[in-house]
Amino acid sequence: MQKFNIWSLLRNAVSYHEGWQKQWRSPEPKREYDVVVVGGGGHGLATAYYLAKEHGVKNIAVVERGWLGGGNTARNTTIVRSNYLWDEATHLYEKALKLWEGLSQDLNYNVMFSQRGVMNLGHTLQDMRDIERRVTANRLNGVDAEVLGPAQIQAMLPFINLNTRYPVLGASFQRRAGVARHDAVAWGFARTADSHGVDILQNCGVTAIRREGGAVTGVETVKGFIRAKKVAIVAAGHSSVLAEMAGFRLPLESHPLQALVSEPLKPIFPTVVMSNAIHAYISQTDKGDLVIGAGIDAYTGYGQRGSYHVIESTLQAICELFPLFSRVRMNRQWGGIVDVSPDACPIIGLTPVKGLYINCGWGTGGFKATPSSGWVMAHTVAQDRPHPLNEAFGLDRFATGHLIDEHGAAAVAH
Amino acid sequence: MLQITCPHCGPRAESEFAYGGEGGVVRPAAGDAMSDAEWGDYVFMRRNPKGLHHEQWRHASGCGRWFNALRDTVSYRIHATWRIGAPMPGAAPGQTTTRSAA
Repeated sequence: MQKFNIWSLLRNAVSYHEGWQKQWRSPEPKREYDVVVVGGGGHGLATAYYLAKEHGVKNIAVVERGWLGGGNTARNTTIVRSNYLWDEATHLYEKALKLWEGLSQDLNYNVMFSQRGVMNLGHTLQDMRDIERRVTANRLNGVDAEVLGPAQIQAMLPFINLNTRYPVLGASFQRRAGVARHDAVAWGFARTADSHGVDILQNCGVTAIRREGGAVTGVETVKGFIRAKKVAIVAAGHSSVLAEMAGFRLPLESHPLQALVSEPLKPIFPTVVMSNAIHAYISQTDKGDLVIGAGIDAYTGYGQRGSYHVIESTLQAICELFPLFSRVRMNRQWGGIVDVSPDACPIIGLTPVKGLYINCGWGTGGFKATPSSGWVMAHTVAQDRPHPLNEAFGLDRFATGHLIDEHGAAAVAH
Repeated sequence: MLQITCPHCGPRAESEFAYGGEGGVVRPAAGDAMSDAEWGDYVFMRRNPKGLHHEQWRHASGCGRWFNALRDTVSYRIHATWRIGAPMPGAAPGQTTTRSAA
């Protein structure tokens, strides 16, 4: 792999930037792999990368139905934070945040991780009690968190309207949280995984999962049968479809979730603001666009688009809180398919089929966990048992009843 | 926004309705004899299909009644709505749900 640094930049500048290598190969599928990862989004590519890097697995393929990072990895609002309520979830997301802090160096790829802080607004007395509880829980788990009062919020965001239909009484604030460049995350993991010998097979949708005697033997794809010792499903919104191919059900419902970006503005928004109660979250990219996340549509859907009234209610809330944005024009709006689990926590672990592993149920908040999701998934696949960090997130919790209810910290209500 | 035909009130805007998830999930009669895994299957596991979905809606800001719907989860088109207890339109005799046996 060609190293990206100031010297390679200068060297290539001399040759008019015509000497750069392709960032990853586009190989033909081999007949057999040790591990096939189904899903070439951030989580799937991270799984392949850590399998190769941390566990020395040599013969890995990532099969992707569309193009690399074209699903939820490209459709989220890029927020990274770890201020969840329960120990299990906090440890998993904090592991991700620690990996984020060194990710650009680790991948030799600038993922533009910007720790500009994330604010979760409280609008009622009960919101504030919940925020204080969550901030205290975070601090007990060694995660940085603080409670801000209205004056501190106003100091950071002088243009916020604190006395609206949705009075702002305070906020939780995590300073180490922030945003990252979502496409760069997929590309960075893909490039580095490729350099470790991982075959990334795009336009290679899976049509069936072959099993023999209760164990997985490979996947049928549009490019033919690929034999595999182990298969990892990391397919977000389409997880239920893949699980059905393997003969089991998941406790998931796939919903459309929308987001939108505005025309580019001069820098005005120094942090990320999220409001659980009124479903508005907003930040500004380095390019200047306001990135706004809406809520999910009530019904299940795989159409990668949502309803207008969902966006309308989000923008009403944004305009109430930030009246100066009321005449900003929106450039684009889109939807992704999020796989929502009953407790707003992911499912990462073994399945009823031997050699088949699943990582799904991230719902509305998977992007922030991309590195640790791949990290624990790689361990789970390589060792055939979960890492202590994802032990509590197995499919069996829906039989034992040990749910980890993170609806309060998951931000997008569902 | 979808236009949904309430089998009691006629076509109305989606914002009058509340979504109720997968339809035809029958509460097990012999609950005492069921294992935790069987309870987990009943409470949490869902078909979540890509394609036709038998689901339930409630006309929350209207008559308040629950009803069934058959909707395509890709095109979002609603193929049929029918009252609770009535047979699914176009279904085989005796079939009240698209849910396969667990």
